[in-house]
Amino acid sequence: MNPGFSWNLVTDVQWMWSLPSMVNAFRAGLAVALLAGVVGWFMVLRRQSFAGHSIAVTGFPGAAAAVYLGLSATLGYFGFCLGSALVIALLSRGSGTGVGERAHSSALIAVVQAFALALGALFLDLYGGFLSSTSAFLFGDFLGITDEDVLTLVAVALVVLLTMALIGRRLLFASVDPAVASARGVPVRGLNILFLLVLGATVAEVSKFTGSLLVFALLVMPAATAQVLTARPARSLLITIVLGVLVTWFGLAWAYFGNQATGFTITSLAFGCYVLAYAARSARGVLLRPAVTA
Amino acid sequence: MFHDSYMLTALVAGTGIALACGLVGYFLVLRAQVFTGDALSHVAFTGALAALAFGIDLRVGLFASCVLIAVVFGALGRQGRADDVVIGNVFAWVLGLGVFFMTLYTTNQSGSSGSGGNQTVNVLFGSILGLSSGQATVALAIGLAVSLAVLLIARPLLFATLDEAVAGARGVPVRFLGYAFLVLIGVTAGEASQAVGSMLLLGLLAAPAGTALLLTDRPFVGLAVSAVLGVFDVWVGLAVSYFVPNTPTSFWIMAVAAATYAAAVAYSRISRRFPRSTTRPAASVTSVASS
Repeated sequence: MNPGFSWNLVTDVQWMWSLPSMVNAFRAGLAVALLAGVVGWFMVLRRQSFAGHSIAVTGFPGAAAAVYLGLSATLGYFGFCLGSALVIALLSRGSGTGVGERAHSSALIAVVQAFALALGALFLDLYGGFLSSTSAFLFGDFLGITDEDVLTLVAVALVVLLTMALIGRRLLFASVDPAVASARGVPVRGLNILFLLVLGATVAEVSKFTGSLLVFALLVMPAATAQVLTARPARSLLITIVLGVLVTWFGLAWAYFGNQATGFTITSLAFGCYVLAYAARSARGVLLRPAVTA
Repeated sequence: MFHDSYMLTALVAGTGIALACGLVGYFLVLRAQVFTGDALSHVAFTGALAALAFGIDLRVGLFASCVLIAVVFGALGRQGRADDVVIGNVFAWVLGLGVFFMTLYTTNQSGSSGSGGNQTVNVLFGSILGLSSGQATVALAIGLAVSLAVLLIARPLLFATLDEAVAGARGVPVRFLGYAFLVLIGVTAGEASQAVGSMLLLGLLAAPAGTALLLTDRPFVGLAVSAVLGVFDVWVGLAVSYFVPNTPTSFWIMAVAAATYAAAVAYSRISRRFPRSTTRPAASVTSVASS
């Protein structure tokens, strides 16, 4: 089935794509990277990585509970991710940006995450142990994707991207300067709640492919890399998406030919890009500094 | 209940771990470094699975990875506090590495059916009831040592937390304290992961501390409340799991912790709606921190 990697890249790709599951993985990878890139870009900009990570992790008990009760895992992912997003959005004090407020809201986020994971442990136990399906909830299963999965993914992606297109400008304003935005009549708190719900829907959908633990990598890594490279919003959003798609595709190919888990290959490539971007910016800073002072 | 020796060892280990988590967690929440704790709980997963994959003692992997990454976080940030985005990137990748070690470990273990999966569950969700009495004594000793260390640096650390600039100007070694605290978090994370698992470590760090912060604005009272609550959560959780068989202990510990926190949230909402006195306290922890 897997002929191994040869240096003839064309035949490699032909071999890889002769499998329907690999073609679906590449299709899903495109949609997943696009979705996670756009939402993750705002998450990184708004410094809501912790909230995003917690909401992502709550998908795991959702899926475990759904499977234990005989429902579809998708229902569990969406129920728990949207539910925890709502709890975090409604119970956080104020905008959650001041240091004192951040202490309270971060404690809240941590408790939501830890309790959700404890529920996950409970359902795992009731379910009868760590089976391959529970492993997929945590670490993902990029290679068992059906045509139907791709269609629902595209549908969710369209809804989420449309919502982001509608609120994007105001959300950017509210993220960069909440005080001024609020004075200009932008509903900062409402946007925060809406954004967290969009984030919840995104991680619920993406988790089906990447697993609850690794969805966060796709959210944070391409966006962080792009924001290191440039401060201009449109350009860095574009870099995020392109980088996300490339990293996912190359990660899939590496996983296929190297017999590795996709979680490892995709995060390693994305982290490599981040480190390179960081090093490039530091190097540029060191090189430019004497010129500025002179 | 105490006739069963495993309950006693769990209680001894749990007390030490809860005490350390309560004290460290209070500063973690106050310094808005909860995300660091979150990250370390995933680092612990990778460390443990790396140790399993290479066939060395689990504890070596746990402590080495947690302390090392904690210090790396310090080095990457200003004054020993790393940026959320940097933390997120580093630990997302470390988690990816964890998956790599998990694949390595479970494929090597494939001969003996399912033990790889069971070990993975233990790493993720802990097995406080499976500790030996020797491990429990070590857990208690490490817990007490961490608690003592936190209490020793509590005053300057509090100063450095609430007003970094003034503390620095007064000669408080802000940077050094930041690193010392990160090492303490790392040690606590490594120890607690063995008992409650890498996934629930965060709850034990943040829930008692978050509750204490809601109940009182006075820092040293809060520190004490946080430690007491941590021990309370673990004790009640252990007791409940003893009487409700076939449910994971970690779940009950977290359920008690989350219930206590929810009660505190409700209490603070009600007391803010109906204030007891019209005069506001002159300087509360959170108001100083947010100014």
